[in-house]
This record gives sequence, structure tokens and C-alpha cells, in this order.
Amino acid sequence: MAAVDDLQFEEFGDAATSVAANPDATTVSIEDPGETPKHQTGPLRGSGREEDDELLGNDDSDKTELLAGQKKSSPFWTFEYYQTFFDVDTYQVFDRIKGSLLPIPGKNFVRLYIRSNPDLYGPFWICATLVFAIAISGNLSNFLIHLGEKTYHYVPEFRKVSIAATIIYAYAWLVPLALWGFLMWRNSKVMNIVSYSFLEIVCVYGYSLFIYIPTAILWIIPQKAVRWILVMIALGISGSVLAMTFWPAVREDNRRVALATIMTIVLLHMLLSVGCLAYFFDAPEMDHLPTTTAIPNQTVAAAKSS
Amino acid sequence: MAEAEESPGDPGTASPRPLMRDLKAVGKKFMHVLYPRKSNTLLRDWDLWGPLILCVTLALMLQRDSADSEKDGGPQFAEVFVIVWFGAVTITLNSKLLGGNISFFQSLCVLGYCILPLTVAMLICRLVLLAGPGPINFMVRLFVVIVMFAWSIVASTAFLADSQPPNRRALAVYPVFLFYFVISWMILTFTPQ
Repeated sequence: MAAVDDLQFEEFGDAATSVAANPDATTVSIEDPGETPKHQTGPLRGSGREEDDELLGNDDSDKTELLAGQKKSSPFWTFEYYQTFFDVDTYQVFDRIKGSLLPIPGKNFVRLYIRSNPDLYGPFWICATLVFAIAISGNLSNFLIHLGEKTYHYVPEFRKVSIAATIIYAYAWLVPLALWGFLMWRNSKVMNIVSYSFLEIVCVYGYSLFIYIPTAILWIIPQKAVRWILVMIALGISGSVLAMTFWPAVREDNRRVALATIMTIVLLHMLLSVGCLAYFFDAPEMDHLPTTTAIPNQTVAAAKSS
Repeated sequence: MAEAEESPGDPGTASPRPLMRDLKAVGKKFMHVLYPRKSNTLLRDWDLWGPLILCVTLALMLQRDSADSEKDGGPQFAEVFVIVWFGAVTITLNSKLLGGNISFFQSLCVLGYCILPLTVAMLICRLVLLAGPGPINFMVRLFVVIVMFAWSIVASTAFLADSQPPNRRALAVYPVFLFYFVISWMILTFTPQ
């Protein structure tokens, strides 16, 4: 019965009101078929809650949902199964990266860009790039800060690459796992309209880490104020992407639980960036520059006088 | 004595293979890397001897000189080895998952052989470092590494890009860029004790 209704809505393309009704009804029918009758009888838009689905307005979402259902049919021990997670084109990856950099209020990253086609390409290679960006930038920044010190011998600090890799990949996989488990548990208690699959959550987290790549490179600048401003900007952008993605998933819930979930997400994100800044980048001492010229003179003077 | 027909990668045949023939095959592939043309030789007759020689040479040159009192230094021999091979395998898997029609060992072969310019850069850097540290020294090394890095990228892209559908070419080439960038960084930051 739901299939027949969807087909009917597909045919409506011309009348203005049915176009207005289309996004609402079609997109809600994806999330929860039980909701469809309620929306058919109720008012068209602005009904009660603000739906971010109405901003989508695409009528091939049904098609993608059907296709998505047919896609992952290979058993998990075949190579084709994993190929379904890399079924993205270049422009799609760029679009998703762009979406993670420009959080627009009301637009849900998962709904707008991922649309039941979560990929593992983005999260994996963004994390890999971030690992090397942090390690290399940290090394370069420490070199520039200690340049001129007599006692400093430059080392490439190669161990830090493995530490960075462990931290970043653990964050990108374990936090989504915990969040997914938590959302599933809450879903069993409260009927949520929106639920995300584990891979979609991994995808959001992976793409939201993209902003930290230019941030890590800019952290080379040895000014404390600049670094903290960068932390704030990056946290603002990626935190808001995450918050806007997960708010629809928890807003049905108890107010306190919903707010606590969003706060925890943002807090963990902040811990990651501040932790990386503290561990990989030495603090630039404010009085560093004068002493590099003063100390050699003093030691030379002391040597001459003694 | 007739030499037995063998497929690439066949570990041992009944009749003894002349060493010169293998060396010539490896040498021919080196020339293909140094002057990259659209040719299928690297792809058709893949072998992993060349990449192994290059990887061992690079790792030997990159490892720390001292018996290691210093703890956060440059990479050890095993670390370089693991990075090169693990990186090449990851890029190959990525390329295949994106739908490329290149075989696993062919891709490893191409990626391994295209480390040749960077190995040459390492040799030059070590020679230049004998002249003593200094900013001019660093600029020379930086220039050499950048040129060789670009050469590696061009060489490997010439072989690998065709195996991908055009709407995913950039997705397959970017990890190659990252791979050679990391190796270039290791070469550039090499400091003798």
C-alpha cells in the first residue's frame, strides 16, 4: 500500500500544491512509513515541528531508497560488499566536503549529502590526511619555535605519526560506535522519527574532521592567540555540523537527555582538537624571541670575562 | 638449454633462470619510470624485485645512523619498510574498491617502481649533507626533493590513471599523492647524527 502511495506521489509534478506536498510526504515516508497517513491529512508545511526534510525537495529520494535497498545484497565476505561503500564519484566527495565546511542551519548533512549512500572513502582518507597534517605541522612548528636555540637538535619525531594515527582513527570509529549504540538504545525507549545507520554516523564524523586539516597547517603559526582562535573557528564549524545532524535524532527525547547528548558530542570534539594542539605543538613562549638574541651574547660575554 | 616459460611472479621453475635476464627486466622498468610514456610494459610483466630493491635501499639510507640513544628520531628501517608496503597495499585496495581494473600486484609493482626518483633524491640528499648543514644546503635538498616528488607522481599517474573510470580518477590519484608526499617528507627531514 505504501508503494502505491509513493508511486502516486511520483506522478504529481505539475500542480503547485502537490509539489509543495510532495517533499513533505515523500521524504517523511522514507523515515517512518507509520507517519505517512498523519501527514496526508494534516496541513502541508510548517506543521507543528520544523522539518528540515522540506528543504530537500527532491523526488528521486524514493528511487535512491529502493536502490539502496538493492545495493548491499552481497554477503559480507565478498569483495563486492565492500565496493558498495566506495561507490562515490569525485564530485560527490567534493560536495560532501563542502557540506561539512558550510553548515547551513536547517540543512541536515546526512539527509542532504549522504542520502543513503554512505561512503568510507571520505572518512578513511580524510583521517589519513589529518594524521600526517598534524604530525608534520607539529614537527615543523616545533622546529620553527626552537630555531636558533643552541641546545636544540632537530629530530623528525617519527613516533608521533603512529600516536596521531591511533588517536584520530580511534576517535573516528569508536565515538560513532558509542553514539550509534546510544541512539539505538534511546530509539527503543522513545519513538524517534530519524535514525541513522552506523555507517552514516561514521561518514558524518569523518567529513566533519576535514576542517581540522587546514587548521592543523595554520597551527604552525607560533602565536597562542592565533591558535586558539583557529580552535574556536574549527570547533564552531564542525561542531555545528554534528549538532545539526544529530539534533533531529534526539529532539523527540527527554529534553535533558537530548541536550546532554549534543553537549557530549561537541565536548568530545573539542577535547580532540585541544588535545592534539597540546600534544603535538609545543607552546610558543611569549618571551622567546628576545632571549634567543640575548642569551648567546650573555654566554659569549661570560666566556670572555672568565 | 631452453628456458621454461614462466608467468610473472612464478617463484621457481625447473630450469635455472639467468640472473641477467631478470636484471635486464628490472632495468628496463627503471628506464620506463625515468622516462614515463604510455606503455604497458610495467603493467603486463609485473615483478616485485625492483620495488624490493628500492625499498630496502631507501630504508637503509633513511635509518638512523647511531645505535639509537635518541628516542624521537627518524624512522627505523622496519618503519620505512612498513610504511612503503602498507601504503602501497592501501592505495591498491582503494583503487580496486573504487572500481579500477588493475590487478593487485600490477598496482604494487607500479607504485614500487615509481619510488625510484625519490630514492635518487635520497642519494643526492645524503651526498649534499656531507658538505655540512646550512640554509643553502637545505634549499638544494628541498629543490631536489620537490622535483623528484613531482617526477614520481607524474610517472605513477601515467600508469595508474587509465585504469580508473574518469569520474573517479581524482579519488584514486589523491592517495598516491599523499603516499609520495610522506616519503618525500621523510627524505627531506633526514638529519644525520
